[in-house]
Amino acid sequence: MNRRKFLIGGATAAGALVVGYAFWPSRRLARADLLAAKSGERFVASWIKIANDGTITVVIPHCDMGSGIFTPLSQMAADELDADWSRVRAETAPADPLFANGPLAEGFAFEQVNISADSIPAFLEGPTATSLRVLAEYMDVQTTGGSSAVRYTGVYGMRVAGAAVREMLVKAAAARMIAPVGEFRTETSRVIHVPSGKSFGYGELAADAAQYSPSSHPKLKAKSEFKLIGKPIRRLDIPAKVDGSLRYGIDTQLPDMWYGAIRISPVFGGKLVSVDEKPVAQLRGVKKVVQLDDAVVVLADRFWRARNAVDALQPVFDNAGHGEVSSKTIRDAHLAALNDGKIKKDSSTGAGAEALKNGTLVERVFNVPYLAHAPMEPPNATALFKNDGTLEVWAGTQDGLGSRAFCAKTAGLHLNKVTFHLLPSGGGFGRRLPGLWNFLAYAVKTAMAMPGMPVKLIFTREQEMQHDYYRPNVTSRFRAAVHSDGMPVAWVNDYTTDEGPNPEAHIFYSVPNQAYGTAKVAVHVPTGPWRSVEASWHGFFVESFIDELAHGAKRDPLDYRAALLQDKPRHLATLKLAAEKAGWGTPLPPGRGRGIAIVECFGTIVAYVAEVEVNDAGVVKVQRFTSAAACGMAVNPDGFKAQIESAVIFGLSAALYGEITIDHGAVVQQNFPGYKMVLLGESPAIEVHFHESDAPVGGAGEPGVPPVAPALTNAIFAATGVRIRELPVKNRALAVSARPPARL
Amino acid sequence: MGIRLTVNGVVHDLDVEPDAPLLWVIRDELNLTGTKFGCGIAACGACTVHVNGKAMRSCVVPVGSAANAEITTIEGLGAGGLNAVQQAWIDHQVPQCGYCQSGMIMAVSAFLATNPSPTDGQLAAAITNICRCGTLPRISAAVSELAARKGAGGPR
Repeated sequence: MNRRKFLIGGATAAGALVVGYAFWPSRRLARADLLAAKSGERFVASWIKIANDGTITVVIPHCDMGSGIFTPLSQMAADELDADWSRVRAETAPADPLFANGPLAEGFAFEQVNISADSIPAFLEGPTATSLRVLAEYMDVQTTGGSSAVRYTGVYGMRVAGAAVREMLVKAAAARMIAPVGEFRTETSRVIHVPSGKSFGYGELAADAAQYSPSSHPKLKAKSEFKLIGKPIRRLDIPAKVDGSLRYGIDTQLPDMWYGAIRISPVFGGKLVSVDEKPVAQLRGVKKVVQLDDAVVVLADRFWRARNAVDALQPVFDNAGHGEVSSKTIRDAHLAALNDGKIKKDSSTGAGAEALKNGTLVERVFNVPYLAHAPMEPPNATALFKNDGTLEVWAGTQDGLGSRAFCAKTAGLHLNKVTFHLLPSGGGFGRRLPGLWNFLAYAVKTAMAMPGMPVKLIFTREQEMQHDYYRPNVTSRFRAAVHSDGMPVAWVNDYTTDEGPNPEAHIFYSVPNQAYGTAKVAVHVPTGPWRSVEASWHGFFVESFIDELAHGAKRDPLDYRAALLQDKPRHLATLKLAAEKAGWGTPLPPGRGRGIAIVECFGTIVAYVAEVEVNDAGVVKVQRFTSAAACGMAVNPDGFKAQIESAVIFGLSAALYGEITIDHGAVVQQNFPGYKMVLLGESPAIEVHFHESDAPVGGAGEPGVPPVAPALTNAIFAATGVRIRELPVKNRALAVSARPPARL
Repeated sequence: MGIRLTVNGVVHDLDVEPDAPLLWVIRDELNLTGTKFGCGIAACGACTVHVNGKAMRSCVVPVGSAANAEITTIEGLGAGGLNAVQQAWIDHQVPQCGYCQSGMIMAVSAFLATNPSPTDGQLAAAITNICRCGTLPRISAAVSELAARKGAGGPR
């Protein structure tokens, strides 16, 4: 997937879930103040500023790309801090190593999860004993991805920081009163001396408090003491998103700025051979045609002039030898890779594939297509290479610090010469993660060619649709041996990959013998993480195949799954909650069907019951999605609910319509009509229910996506008898005439 | 080739080509960046503004054709305090990334002005803007509440 995987957990003792955080040494506060404190405010510890007037600002080492994480992260800090919520603000951390996200590194380490970053220096690969905060600095980690903000940054960083700052404020009050700290309590941004009733506002104490060293292991609240965590508090970012005032990356305006429009080689990997600049030389506003290795950029005084000019050029690109690649050749390559026997074994349990002989063989092959991220804000970046040799870049990405390192690397400049301003993103879904930064690279290269000129490079929708890093096309083959009672005794799954094996393929169902293997397929189409990543395809495959086994056994798909989840109480409870709320088993009118699916990823289990209607002409109407989520506790239940709703719509667009196809080595789709989305009139009713428990806090942004497609196609099967094994649904005829004979 | 454009009640005399897209004139000439670029071909609605009260996708409107019109952008809609649609968007916590919401709010506000109590079918036919974050269920809820208030003769 063109991204190096990196395991940072090697040095961490398994199970040592000590929540603590290595705060900045106090000498660093001054530098933090210089970087990110306004007049009248100061950092008291990492991530938390308190102003003289009592305003508390939580500085967030993540981007705002829509999932709303600034609010729950602030809730977590403010709750431990006993802050007055009406005085709490949130802002984006500067892209400076001082604000590297140590808690994120800590979280990934504790959870033993692979993280990827384009900007990780090679010398850090492998186990290291370096403290995680320092490690995060070296790694340039400010990533927003992996549904990690709340469960890692929040749990390991924000709560600890809030609690530590509260203790510092108490110490400051105790020093003023010359009284023991045990005589103080805190409430709504005040430190109260219980015996005397005298109290101090946090703003009054902040400067004194900042003189103390924060405890790395402050006392955290028990769940029963939470005042803000677990409450559906309104998002802090929404007011600026209804009046047009929020400035996204694309809204960057600099004096004397030039606009860039780009045409990239249509075939991935193709190089620019030649371009005749004459057709645009005389056009109004055109400043310069910049020829890059694999693209041509026109700079003009206005974007529409740049775009019209680049459209008027007829650059010649080579095809890097990929001119014959098409969706069909890719499909053939996938099937050949699976069928030629060169399967690389991943893992197995029990007797593995040997056990296939112990029952009736069921074999099925599934496929998912390439998908584009298509964030509403087309990727863009503004860059200025100044005459003093420094570079300044403005953009919305999913990693500010990593972007800075990437820009420095691209420009061939030392990191100290580069400033990166992280701005809000109009959607991310993985498109703005490290490794997917062609928009930064082109903007920086263009700016480097034009010293002293600020350049805003914007991908048109067409360029973005054709130069994304796509959710991979994946083919998966299952073989199961089924016992006479219909239950599987062996489960063998081989799938294609352009990277290594995916742990997300491994099932949580209790099947005694399992084996997994991969078949590598090399295609020139660039791929990258797409909201829920590997789970987005394995969720569809596994939950489709298990449904087929259930129907094959003439068992109810819910009961069948439940029988295989007897040693997974959380999964079982989540599945049953969704089923119960959806009225599973109650009669439906003709033409309607229900499908169920359950997937666990990013620390959260999500189960759906989809209800669809398919009319005689084969038109699918998704009526209802009933969900149950097990995420420990939701820090902001309304925010979590919004992420599930979001996942259903996002997942439905992909499952019903989404596909990027390849012809002559290039992407066929150009813009939204060719890459269709679910619209208001197609949006189903969505219900969200929680299965709460004391399990660790789980992710919110991604876990809702994977079970959408299988719930949908399982429901379509229930309604029509047509089993969809290849997405998207739109490619499959569902009219009555196309259906199998009616079943009993 | 001067063009006189009235945006949010302010008259601008601009030296731009008549075929320049209204979207880019609003964004780059007038520095009103609340109106967003999404697709450039009127397929997504992120650039929706009001032209004489009617919702139009400004990325395909030549500025010359809007020369004598009253144009309202998201910045103008709430200039005198939040519009009812904007307030409903806050009450229902609609936006996620927010990028499409200027266009959504402009499309919905123009639509409700002509049809204050639409049926679901009318709403679905009229509002075809794309939202990648999937805020559609909350948009439906917000519009339903606005429509119900209108239907009940409630305050705007």
